[in-house]
Amino acid sequence: MLELRHLTKSYTTGRRVLNDVSYSLAAGEFVAVMGDSGVGKSTLLNLIAGLDSPDAGAIIVDGIDMAALDDNAATQLRRARMGFVFQAFHVLPHLTLQQNVALPLLLNGADLRRADAMLEAVGLGGRGADFPRQLSGGEMQRVAIARALVHRPALVLADEPTGNLDPDTAQHILLVLRDELRSNGASAVMVTHSHAAAATADRVLILSQTGLRPA
Amino acid sequence: MRLSRLGSLRQLSCWLLLGEWRAYPLRALTAVAAIALGVALGFAIDLINTAAYNEFSAAARSLSGQADLEVRGTQPTFDERYYPMLATRAGVAQASPMLVLDAAVSGQTSPLKIIGVDVMRAAALTPDLVGVPVADRPFDTLADDAVFLSPAAMAWFKTRVGGRIKLRVGTNSVSLRVAGGLVRARAGQRIGVMDIGAAQWRFQRIGQLSRVVLKLTEGVNLMAFKSALARATQGQLQVLQSADETSRSASLSRAYRVNLNVLALVALFTGAFLVFSTQALSVIRRRSQFALLRVMGVTRAQLLRQVVLEGGMVGAVGAALGIVGGYALAATALHFFGGDLGGGYFPGVQPALQFAPLRAGVFFTLGLAVALLGSAAPAWEAARAPAAQALKSGSEEGALAQLANPWPALVLLLTGALLTLAPPLDDLPIFGYLAVALLLIGGIALMPRLAGAVFRWLQHLPTTHAITTLVLSRLANAPGQAAIALGGVLASFSLMVAMAIMVASFRVSVDDWLSHVLPADVYIRSAASGNTAALSPAEQAMIARTPGIARVDFMRLTQLNLDPARPAVALIARPIEVSTAANALPMVQTVAVPAHSLPIWVSEAMVDLYGFSPGKQVRLPLAGQWRDVVVAGVWRDYARQFGAIQMRLADYRSLTGDTAINDAGLWLQPGTTPAQAIARLKVLSFGAALEYAEPGEIRTVSLKIFDRSFVVTYLLEAVAMVIGLFGIAATFSAQILARAKEFGMLRHIGVTRRQVLGILAAEGGLLTLMGMAVGFVLGWVISLILVFVVNPQSFHWRMQLHVPWGLLTAVAALLLLAAVLTALIAGRSALSGSVVRAVREDW
Repeated sequence: MLELRHLTKSYTTGRRVLNDVSYSLAAGEFVAVMGDSGVGKSTLLNLIAGLDSPDAGAIIVDGIDMAALDDNAATQLRRARMGFVFQAFHVLPHLTLQQNVALPLLLNGADLRRADAMLEAVGLGGRGADFPRQLSGGEMQRVAIARALVHRPALVLADEPTGNLDPDTAQHILLVLRDELRSNGASAVMVTHSHAAAATADRVLILSQTGLRPA
Repeated sequence: MRLSRLGSLRQLSCWLLLGEWRAYPLRALTAVAAIALGVALGFAIDLINTAAYNEFSAAARSLSGQADLEVRGTQPTFDERYYPMLATRAGVAQASPMLVLDAAVSGQTSPLKIIGVDVMRAAALTPDLVGVPVADRPFDTLADDAVFLSPAAMAWFKTRVGGRIKLRVGTNSVSLRVAGGLVRARAGQRIGVMDIGAAQWRFQRIGQLSRVVLKLTEGVNLMAFKSALARATQGQLQVLQSADETSRSASLSRAYRVNLNVLALVALFTGAFLVFSTQALSVIRRRSQFALLRVMGVTRAQLLRQVVLEGGMVGAVGAALGIVGGYALAATALHFFGGDLGGGYFPGVQPALQFAPLRAGVFFTLGLAVALLGSAAPAWEAARAPAAQALKSGSEEGALAQLANPWPALVLLLTGALLTLAPPLDDLPIFGYLAVALLLIGGIALMPRLAGAVFRWLQHLPTTHAITTLVLSRLANAPGQAAIALGGVLASFSLMVAMAIMVASFRVSVDDWLSHVLPADVYIRSAASGNTAALSPAEQAMIARTPGIARVDFMRLTQLNLDPARPAVALIARPIEVSTAANALPMVQTVAVPAHSLPIWVSEAMVDLYGFSPGKQVRLPLAGQWRDVVVAGVWRDYARQFGAIQMRLADYRSLTGDTAINDAGLWLQPGTTPAQAIARLKVLSFGAALEYAEPGEIRTVSLKIFDRSFVVTYLLEAVAMVIGLFGIAATFSAQILARAKEFGMLRHIGVTRRQVLGILAAEGGLLTLMGMAVGFVLGWVISLILVFVVNPQSFHWRMQLHVPWGLLTAVAALLLLAAVLTALIAGRSALSGSVVRAVREDW
């Protein structure tokens, strides 16, 4: 599903954050990436998403070399094959919950009715007409998870998805995420500082100056 | 519910657009209203001016009727001996002579145009000018006491068929019988038609014609005939075709119309800036939302289109409303005030308003274009922002980093400065206007760099006050956002300063000029208007002999047609000594002239329009002959935009034999008051027919006319100011509402509500002060362009610079107060929400 080959990345300041990172993610696999602050976890997700490019190495998504894609092609790939969950939720404040979740369907020209089904799946059935301001943090993250999976992406990238939530809510959200990943057959890479969060993944990896290795 | 890819994107676009408008309806409405107001003003002014101009031109053209050519003299009338030559010339099918006079009417400030025609010939060539007699007097068209009045003239005289009207001839009156009407006269057109022989006799113009209109034989080459005829008359007659008449009519008011249109567009410019600031702040606020869309698969092009679409929708809705509003405004203005917007170029014209789809399209496009332009930079920023960075909060100032690049601004400023050196284009100061626009945009574009530098310097001032530190830190470290707020202040204030300085300079210059050109104690005039009233030598002698009068300067005012495509030039003959000309005229340049030459003194417009530069020998058509004269000096004239020539009365009389005069300036003997002198003059046999005025009265009336002609200017400027203020309000409130999280955090760490409001008031005040300081400099520079480039190129007069400090200080104080109040009101609104929620919101 996803193959990282000898990735290297430095910031413009010259500081190297990723050094010879390699990994092969199988279809349907859910891995958690842990590591110290500033080690390059979010940068790794940005590279996988095609939002940034590595200094060296290759990223292969579904057999496609990301380096071969221009901005438009990378955008199309993200639109069709990837879903995203962020620490800060990033739910559009002026759209209803249904509209927020339906965004990827709209972008892909898919049937919008699945948005309601996804809201139902994350426990927000019947609240599609509500606005984000009416939700708690945990509820907003559930909307984000529904949005990440609604278009049946092959790969979900989650950046500290429980970073803004209390432990109980975080645990619940992670279970929702895992269940939905499984029921949709999606692979996922989750960056987290939380051991409890990492424990919900199929496999935990540690990112360090020397590369990516199993915990 | 599966939609096509295109349909899906349209729906997404609608969601985003409506979501934004639903969340901030007032902001969207303000932007729409700004564009609507700008378009409405521009369209209304254009409609009114176009309607008035069309009506005015049509009325002028109606005098030529079906003719191919019109022959005029170089003076108001020419010898009728030319007529047989014209009528019998090979190629002429029909010729119709005319005598056109502006007959003075006692007690009225405007004349009645009297047109004398040969009714037999006019019936074929100018049928609109044939009167309709009553049924039982069919030959009244040839009667020597009959006049046929247009409906507007009848209404003006409050008379009807069978009544009588009195018109001035010399210092006497002639009574004419209203024999019928002119059924095809235009609305508002005040004319009277009579038999040409009767007109020549009644108005003492025996043997004189004003024009002859010609219909050529079919197949005759018009241009060749025109050139040959002009050559044959050796320049004594001017041969015009309808295009010349159109050009002549157009030049009368063109500079005024263009200037007013440009001024009306200023409101649209400030509206464009409002759209820019609204869109820019909206994009900054939604930077991470757009980044999310990019992450989720929205391409750069789609995002660019989305933001441009938002601006475009504002522009389209605003422009459509503006077109409707502009039409309604024009209809209302025409109904209540007529076609003259105060400039005095279209007196008495009653134009009918017509919807012009093409012009409406132009103004709609302008409204749409400024909104799209206002959105272009924010849209570009939204599309090019790196999504991964933009997703993080606190990246807003990065969005404005491009604004801090000073080079584009400096290039604009330099280009603007260079354009001020360019000459007029087609007699219009096009490059002057462009220079003003470039300086304004360049000045605004320079603000981020300037704001950063000034506030960074202020930040280094020693202070231990937390709130002051907070205020200065934010202004210094977020100069891009500060600059957007500053831009609104700058645009409004600089335009206001520029216009205020220009108008004040003009007014003070006119006031000084009036003092110079009105040195006598009392002025008399044969009539308030028209060219049929005059004083004979005997009457002049009686005035000069009147007790209490020490000196009389008689003046003869007439006109010269030097260029068929331009309005006539005024010729003023009066007593002037070469050595002391500067005492009589407000000279701007003098040269020594040869002893035996005939000196003339020309207004600045003559230099610009005809190249009559000082020292140059030129030829003037006087009494049927070309006379060599030398330009002895250039004087300033604010009364005649199309040029005026002054010459010695003795020279004029010896060259033309014309001994009549129109005006006189009287110097009184010590002990004689103006009232006593006027009373003595009024008892003369012709005294009651004259108009009397003291310099003070003339000055008061002149300045009243000046102020009236600028009423529309003030109005347009006020609207631009109001839009500017709305822009400032929208900018401040958008910025403050976007900072709710920051204020929530401050409240958490112990800053009181009052202190937060203090921060906002201080920020608003400081930004406004800086905007006004730079705005004053920019406005002053723009005023220099208006005073020394735009005005001379438009109206051919120059003026001295005068800064109205009192007015500027009052407006500055008002603007400062409005800005601080806006900041406080928006601040109260931002602080009204939950402090806890403010810090938890993720956008």
